[in-house]
Parts: sequence; C-alpha cells; structure tokens
Amino acid sequence: MIRSLLGSSGGTGFSLTLAALAVTAALLVATLAGVGPSGFLVNIIGQLAAFALLALALDLIWGYLGILSLGHGLFFAIGGYVMAMHLLMHSFETTGTVPDFMQFMGWKEFPAYWAGLGVFPYALAVALVLAGVVALVTGWVSFRSRVGGVYFAIITQALVYAAMLLMFRNDTGFGGNNGMTGFSVIFGLRMGTETASAVLALASVVVLALGLVATRALVSGRLGRLMLATRDDEVRLRSLGYDTIVLKTGVWVVSALLAAIAGMLYVPQVGIVNPRILSPELSLEIAVWVAIGGRGHLVGAVIGAVLVNALKFWLSFAAPDVWPFILSALIVLVVLVFPNGLLDLSRGFGALKARMRREGVASLDPRRAGP
Amino acid sequence: MSALLIDDISVEFGRFRAIDRLSLAIDYGEIRGVIGPNGAGKTTVLDVVSGITRPKAGRVVLDGGLEITRASETLIARSGVRRKFQKPSVFDALTAAENVAVGVEGRLRRTAPAAEVRRRALDLLDAVGLADEADRQAGEFSHGQKQWLEIAMVLGGDPKVLLLDEPVAGLSDEETEKTAALVRSLKRPDRAIVVVEHDMGFVETIADRVTVLHEGRTLFEGSMAGARADARVIEVYLGR
Repeated sequence: MIRSLLGSSGGTGFSLTLAALAVTAALLVATLAGVGPSGFLVNIIGQLAAFALLALALDLIWGYLGILSLGHGLFFAIGGYVMAMHLLMHSFETTGTVPDFMQFMGWKEFPAYWAGLGVFPYALAVALVLAGVVALVTGWVSFRSRVGGVYFAIITQALVYAAMLLMFRNDTGFGGNNGMTGFSVIFGLRMGTETASAVLALASVVVLALGLVATRALVSGRLGRLMLATRDDEVRLRSLGYDTIVLKTGVWVVSALLAAIAGMLYVPQVGIVNPRILSPELSLEIAVWVAIGGRGHLVGAVIGAVLVNALKFWLSFAAPDVWPFILSALIVLVVLVFPNGLLDLSRGFGALKARMRREGVASLDPRRAGP
Repeated sequence: MSALLIDDISVEFGRFRAIDRLSLAIDYGEIRGVIGPNGAGKTTVLDVVSGITRPKAGRVVLDGGLEITRASETLIARSGVRRKFQKPSVFDALTAAENVAVGVEGRLRRTAPAAEVRRRALDLLDAVGLADEADRQAGEFSHGQKQWLEIAMVLGGDPKVLLLDEPVAGLSDEETEKTAALVRSLKRPDRAIVVVEHDMGFVETIADRVTVLHEGRTLFEGSMAGARADARVIEVYLGR
C-alpha cells in the first residue's frame, strides 16, 4: 500500500508535495510559538491551501472521470455559508455580538433553522449533508439522463449562477448581496489574531495533506482504475456489466464534499462570505488552476492552484489591471502548448519537442517560423 | 432453446428504417456469421442485442428468459451478453492485464480476490497471444493487439452470447488467420457466437451458418457456400 502510494509513476512529485506541506505546517507551528512567518503571510498560506483542496476536488472528477464541472463554486459556497453561520452563531453565543446582517435584515432573533449551528461538529455535519445531497441529486439526475461532456459543464455553470442570483436576493435570508461578515470568535479564539490565523492556516494545510493522501489512495486503487476506464470509454465499461451511473455519482459526491470542506476552511480566513463566491468566474477559474497544474494528476491540481493564486495575490498588489490578461495568456498557453499543464514541463523539453513534431504544432516552433 | 431470439424487430433512425421486421434465432454451440453490404443493419442488430439501441417494435429474448429489449445495458451484460465493438474499445490508461481484469470482475463491488482476478486475466491474455504484453499500457498497443485485447476483455465475463463486430477489420492476413483460429477456439456447447464481418473469407473459415442482411432484412440464411451460390446475394453483395 505504502509502496503503491509513493513508488508508482509520479510518486516523486507526490512525496515532494507532501514534504512541502509538512515544512509549511512546521512553519505555521513556529508562528504559533511566536517565531514563524507573520500573520499576513500565514493568512495567504491558509487561503492557498483551501484553494488547493478545491482544485483537488475538481481534479478528482475532471481528471479521473472526465466530467468537467464549471460549478464547483456551488459546493465551495455551501461549505462557506454554513461555516459563516457557525461563526456568527458561535460569536453570538460567546460574546453576545449580534451580527450586522441581522440588523439590516430587521431580524430580532436567529431564525429557527440556525439552531445548533454554534456547535462546530453539527455545523460540519450540516455542510457535508447539504453538499452531499445537492451533489447526489444533480449528479444522479444528470448521469442517469446520460448528460455529459459540455452539456454537463453548462448545467453546472447554470446551477452556480442560479444559486448566485438566489443568494443576491435579500429576502433569501443569508445576508443578501452583503453576505455575512463580522466573525469575532472561532473555536474560542479571537479572530484576526496571529494565533487564530496560524491555527486556521495550519488546519487548512493539514486537511489538504489528508485530502491529497485520501484521494491518492482512492485513485491508485481498483476504483481509480474503473474511474479511468469510465473516462476512456464509458459505453465499453457499461457493456461489461458495470453500473457507471453509481460510480460517477459516488465520485461526484466525494468531490462535492471536498469542495465544501475547502469552503469551510476558506471563509473564516477571508472573514466574509457573499454571493460572489458563487460567481461563474470563480468556478471557471478552478478549472483553469487544474488545467494549468495538469489534470489527472492530483499533485498537479494542488501545484496549479497554489501557483496561479500566488501569482494572483502578488499581481493584485503589484498590477491589479493586468491580472485578467495574464490569466487569459496562461490559458491560451496551456491549451496550445501544454495540454497536460505543468506536467508537460516536468517531463522535460525533449519529450515536449518530440510531441510537437509528432502532432504537427510546428508553427509554434520559432525556428520553423517565417517563409 | 435458442440462445438469442430476435423476433420481428424494427429500428428507425428518423425516417430511415435501419432494421425492417428482422427475425433471427441463434443457437448455443454455433458461430453465426452476419454479413451484408454497408448499411445493411449489421451493427444496428448488435446495438439492439447489447441494449444500446431500442427497437421501435419487436423483441429480443436471451436464453428464453430475459427480455433484452426492456433491460438496461448493465443487466444485459450481467446476464451473459458480451460485445466486442467495431472500433477497438480498450481503456488506454490501463495496462493490458488491468483491462482484462475489468472484464473479469464485471461489477463495481469486488467479487474475487485481486490475485485470483489477475491470474484469470493473465490466462486470458495468454489465450489471445498477449501474455508478454500484460503490463504494457493498452494505449501503446497496435490496432491488432487492441482487437485481441478487447476479445480477452469480453471473454473475462465468460459470455453465453458473444458478439464480435468486425474482429478482423484493419488486420493483416497473418493477423486475420490468427484471429480466425482464436474465434474457432472460443466455440463451446453453452455459448453462441455472432460475428459481423465484411471479410467473406474470414467468415467462411469460422462460421457454421451465415445470415446475409440487406436493407435491414434477412436476404439469405444457411451455409456460406449456399450464400455464394444464391442469386439474390450475388446481386446485392457479391456481385459488386
């Protein structure tokens, strides 16, 4: 088992990534002891880890089953909103702070369905059950009707967009377009302190590492082979006696749960949740992270998410206007030159050139340009 | 009792009638060759039998029991029908042994220990002459190797009814001969084999009986020699 986890192809990348996560976790522990990176950097690390987990969730379904979701923000948001409700309830129970949004909603007390959300294990269960049920219904209905490929991608995009419009309405009751903010306490710690930031970032990095190990175990086993078989030729697999709908729905639900957990880690670190988390742009970007990192390789998704978002954080300060252009250029580059993302780079330029020659992408070779 | 009873089926694609009130009975222990010009409906018949296409009218009964025309593809497969597709359909990302193991297991839940499944997969690879390629990725295989790998994969399910759609399309003469010997070796008293082919020579070497289809109907049924002598068959098919 351990050998198959660390020894198979791409095993070095996996080990290196886990080692990097371990070093990061150690740095965060150092912060807790007062000697590590500062609060700002710690917060960025935590957010990157949450995004990486989200990318991992998408890679599981896209890279291994060939099902592209352009609406994973939906599950991310379910986790995020439930976490926000937990934090507001918990803050209220600890400090008596009445959330801002209740004041502008004109509510005197929490609605009945908020009951118990102040208890974290219950909130966690609510987020997972909600995300799981939404995934189960959308997945089952779509896969049963043989909806796949670009049609499924469009449906998921429409779902996340519909959810955004719903949450933008103030009457829906989750803070409307302002969302929910003003979280003051998490697990009894004051939000915004260096300790709270480090604990959250550490939790994100640890959960990401666990998620990576768990998904790796899933895809390198028997079910992983059946996932690849479904991706390569689903009709073939069905006519061998396999119920591919069950397989696809199951993995779809697992992917949704991972995305929901990522959302629960993300929202406390940015201190706010609002309907923009459901914007189609975010859901599209997740696919870009995975494509850039190299889909079908879990480590690739993690690396892609971290690199693209680190670049985004940096450019948002340095040159906010150029970010969309950089992102677009990256997409074009990946589509034209590196269909397997950064993995193509890691396989070396020799292999890349051989492939370009074979596939006749000669026009991209500068030496052959011109008349 | 017939292994497979195709009873008065019609299939329409829009206004085009691909199968027109076709009836066909295939017995256990026989290899049936189904031939006919392009568009005769050969592959469509296999699509109906494997549950991919639903006929507009008529029914198909497996083994006197399961009504295929009402069952799901998964249930049909689990009842013992296996099909090799016209275009070699193997799982490129998996090794040859893994491909065959997928065929041996046949369901999501694990039914046998992994070592046993692998041993059976290796036996089947040996039977189709791919024993030395067991741990190579199927995506790297030649066209002929993919054809044989797919045959090993469908044999993994120990089929009662085996449907082979153009198993020698695109193969060299030598490969065709090898495939003919392989298909003959698959003949068993408790198995019916249906081979759809263009290659008349190949069908002649393996089939016990042939059915000639034309425009979705049966034009002739009997021996290959009989087919070659039949005036209508010559007109629509051999004569060209």
